[in-house]
Amino acid sequence: MSFLEVRDLALAFGGVRALDGVGFSVERGQVFAIIGPNGAGKTTVLNVVTRVFAPASGQVLLEGVDLVRMPRHAIAGAGVARTFQNIELFEGATVLDNLLLGRHRFDHGGLLSQMVQGRRARACEDASRERVEALIDFLDLAPHRNQRVAGLPYGVRKIVELGRALATEPRLLLLDEPASGLNPEETRDLAFWIDDIRHDLGVTVVMIEHDMSLVSEVADRVLAMNLGRALAEGTPAEVQSHPDVVAAYLGG
Amino acid sequence: MQVLQLAINGVSVGAIYALVALGLTLTYKATEVLNFAHGDVLMLAAFIGWGLIVGWHWPFWLALPATLALVGIAAYGLERGVMRRIAGQPQFAGVMLTIGLAFMIRGAVSMGFGPESRKFETPFSGHTTHLGPVVVADLNLAIIGAVLAVTAALFVFLTRTRLGVAIQAASQDQLAAYLSGIRVKRLNSLVWGLAGALAALAGMLLSPITLVDISLWFVLLKSLAALVLGGFGSAPGAIVGGLLIGLIESFAGVYAPGAIKDVVAYIVLIVVLVVWPRGLLGEAHGRRV
Repeated sequence: MSFLEVRDLALAFGGVRALDGVGFSVERGQVFAIIGPNGAGKTTVLNVVTRVFAPASGQVLLEGVDLVRMPRHAIAGAGVARTFQNIELFEGATVLDNLLLGRHRFDHGGLLSQMVQGRRARACEDASRERVEALIDFLDLAPHRNQRVAGLPYGVRKIVELGRALATEPRLLLLDEPASGLNPEETRDLAFWIDDIRHDLGVTVVMIEHDMSLVSEVADRVLAMNLGRALAEGTPAEVQSHPDVVAAYLGG
Repeated sequence: MQVLQLAINGVSVGAIYALVALGLTLTYKATEVLNFAHGDVLMLAAFIGWGLIVGWHWPFWLALPATLALVGIAAYGLERGVMRRIAGQPQFAGVMLTIGLAFMIRGAVSMGFGPESRKFETPFSGHTTHLGPVVVADLNLAIIGAVLAVTAALFVFLTRTRLGVAIQAASQDQLAAYLSGIRVKRLNSLVWGLAGALAALAGMLLSPITLVDISLWFVLLKSLAALVLGGFGSAPGAIVGGLLIGLIESFAGVYAPGAIKDVVAYIVLIVVLVVWPRGLLGEAHGRRV
């Protein structure tokens, strides 16, 4: 059985069939890219995997456990983290606090100990802080550590969101258009980070991305979608030259 | 001396307004519902406290935590059973629903207890303390002390604990909170429970000064004035606004003619809304409601 198996997802919004029997599987340690024109249902797949939407039918098996049956807040505990296309951050909080909030699912030493800042709470807090500082170094966020997220440039906010997702220590990381809005230099950094996330942190990555050069560079497998269905799956080169994919993009 | 005396009276009543306003702010920030039933929850708590102390002869120190717990649990259940169903609906739905709940609580209390006013004694009733030249009722000191302690504990809870920080996070971005593993719905219920307990405390402190009466819910309107004055949605603003309204009322009772004392809070409300709608400590980016 594969690390992640998505089977026969179906979901309709009114008369629109956002997902119409989508399925794919991802092996552990892979970078898996989902491409497709606007409205193909790519983000909807991520929304179903992270329980933002409940599918009408289908399964999302992560190492055999069905995520569709879990409550939404349990997804982080199951080892799944994501970023959003339109960035969902705690706007009033600093970069550091946003990353620390990613540590919510870990032990924090009990309410009373936290109220009086007891030894146990402090020890947990220090451990969280250490992990988060390592991520801040990894993602070059040190200059922005104590700045409020609301005032930061778009590119930095995207990286902060990536940092918060990593702070939950996921097994599976879902990225929704991580390169959109980034300049070429930032996109290059992102490619390196995705490589490091896969190799050094051992995290499996599923990403939606329109930048085909980035996809070719980092992805092992690519799924092309259109109108809620899977069009083609394979290596980046195979999928890009698949006649159905070309037709979907060019409107043939 | 009269000025000092009035100031202390004003601060102790203002502390109650602040406590009520703080509860309103908590639920508003967490669930975006302005709870118009908050004053009736307070009034219900006063009746429950009276029932325990006078009806069942419980000592005050047992009746107080019991009332807080009972009302807190009831408010938790109210969110879980009723308010949750309108999550995501326009703000107006929340306003109408809580006004409806307010009338139901008011009706239930007047059917269950009858319309007449009652009274219960606290360990502080009837005692006074001399603070230099000023004579202060112990009850007023107890109110100020209790509100100070509760506000400090609440501050520590919201800024230092995992749960408190999660509440703040969920109020800023629910989706991000969910996917960080925060149980947003349960937190919302918890915030309502907490606000209910705060209202219960306010009711148990206020009713020995006034009377245990249906009209206790009116304190909600004073607290709304406090919220607007302090800055809507700001917790420090709720406290500052509450204290100021208490002080203004206290001084208006002596220095202003006639029955202006009873309406001065609403005059302040209107003036602030016209002149400076953001309030003293309101957020820079206002939201149109």
